[in-house]
Amino acid sequence: MARYLLRRLLYLLPVWLGISFVAFALSNLTPGDPARLMLQRQLARQPTAEEVAQARLDLGLDAPFAVRYVRWLGDAVTGDLGESYRTGEPVLTALITRFPITLQIAVLGVLGALAIALPLGMLAAVWRNSPVDHVSRVLALLGASMPNYWVAYLLILLFAVQLRVLPVAGRGTWQHMVLPSVTLGLAASASLMRLTRSEMLEALGQDFVRTGRAKGLRPATVVVGHALRNAMIPVVTVAGLRFAGLLGGAVIVETIFAWPGIGKFVVDSIFDRDYPVIQGFVVFMGSVFLLINLAVDLSYAWLDPRVRLGGS
Amino acid sequence: MIGTIIVALFIIVAIAAPFLAPHDPTAVDARAILAAPSSEHWLGTDNLGRDILSRLIHGARWTLGTAFLASALIVTIGVTVGLVAGYVGGLLDDILMRVVDILLAFPSLVLALAIVGMLGPSLMNVMLGMVAVWWVDYARVIRGLTVGMREREFVTAARCAGAPAPRIIARHLLPNVVPSVIVLATLELGSLMLAISALSFLGLGAQPPTPEWGTMLNDGRAFFQRAPQLMIYPGLAITLAVIGSNLVGDGLRDVLDPRMKR
Repeated sequence: MARYLLRRLLYLLPVWLGISFVAFALSNLTPGDPARLMLQRQLARQPTAEEVAQARLDLGLDAPFAVRYVRWLGDAVTGDLGESYRTGEPVLTALITRFPITLQIAVLGVLGALAIALPLGMLAAVWRNSPVDHVSRVLALLGASMPNYWVAYLLILLFAVQLRVLPVAGRGTWQHMVLPSVTLGLAASASLMRLTRSEMLEALGQDFVRTGRAKGLRPATVVVGHALRNAMIPVVTVAGLRFAGLLGGAVIVETIFAWPGIGKFVVDSIFDRDYPVIQGFVVFMGSVFLLINLAVDLSYAWLDPRVRLGGS
Repeated sequence: MIGTIIVALFIIVAIAAPFLAPHDPTAVDARAILAAPSSEHWLGTDNLGRDILSRLIHGARWTLGTAFLASALIVTIGVTVGLVAGYVGGLLDDILMRVVDILLAFPSLVLALAIVGMLGPSLMNVMLGMVAVWWVDYARVIRGLTVGMREREFVTAARCAGAPAPRIIARHLLPNVVPSVIVLATLELGSLMLAISALSFLGLGAQPPTPEWGTMLNDGRAFFQRAPQLMIYPGLAITLAVIGSNLVGDGLRDVLDPRMKR
């Protein structure tokens, strides 16, 4: 297991370097001179040509691209991603303090998706070609086709404005979590629901289901306790993979429901042309996804010895 | 079938927008602000007294036009890279696929967001951001198909007949991947529309007064409790367009590429 872990980590290194390069190269897309932009902010007036030239020298912007990249990389590996133009706080600290909120949204989204997909997918398989199956098919198509930010507003209109049972936005109580998790979960549930259905259909045809039925178990026990448990393995795997995407997609939910997570912070930074934050966001999120993928791979290796021994 | 009708209707609306729209989509009318639906304004008006129906009709041009254009660019880049990497192989293949690996390490929205963030908010930059991120899916799929065909007899025959690599790629390999490309492009057109309008909704895409659907939703946010029609109709338009292209994609997949059927 230790050797497997080492091999995986060594493989991650070039990919992480690539991510850092993408993040660094992106900052060269900005229109205008970063030194002038920084001075304009600090001085609150148009800087003189000498001031700009001096700032370029101080920031090391006169060096060639490759040299600047290596310098920046040296800072980045020690956790120095620069400072936010807007708030002055170190970018890494700013991202880390906001990350738990984004993480919470993504977890809620996955749970919401599973809460919708598992029962509907299961029932669609049990009552195949029944009205339940057709409804689940329509729901899956709708879930995949509706813009989730729009769904969020429809839900707010219905539950917060008309019925007044849930708060419009904000966070704190469990009621605040319902609409964000349904919003994010609905879109993710579409494909999970179809997957649950097809996996359930396969599981229901297996010998152990027939055995369970033959020995007189209650139908609900056979379906939920035996078939669903087996069908859940691939579904949970895909849900785990979806989790990474939900971290990225949390931007919209954070904006609508006013949750001060990473996504909201970055969108605000974009409007404020706070480039170090945008750059730091790419490095940070890229690193988080690498770690998630590593965790998924390791869990396979832990569950299945063939994976960790294969190829060595 | 239903999907084809929906998509065809949207395309007709987009093309004939100036003739179909009852009003100028950006004409402000101070006497009819947030007006309810009436015989003059079928779907009511927005916070500046602009006719919502006219804005929706013109919006089809912006939203669908951007998605189609982005899709065309994505397909061109992705298919070219996939074919070249798959056929040429070797070091070039390694380099291109490492680039694909790195871009796939991000969820698409993160990188697109960062690109738009660096370039500045505009519909053009949103499109560039999407193209920069989405071509990798095609490159990977098409490379896989190409590697599978490289050693087949018709390719060997062409090579023996002295055809140069560009000719083999364009005349022999490309036609064989076209069905998969069409299916993939239609299936992804819906997600592309959703992603583009999501960035517009965040205020990063088309800027007011452009009647892009995502931008209209963003404009309507401040008034949605008083005048829900500002948000309901543009969202409905996006949903219908995406449903249409998803249905067409599913249908095409069954006809053109049964192997992809899950």
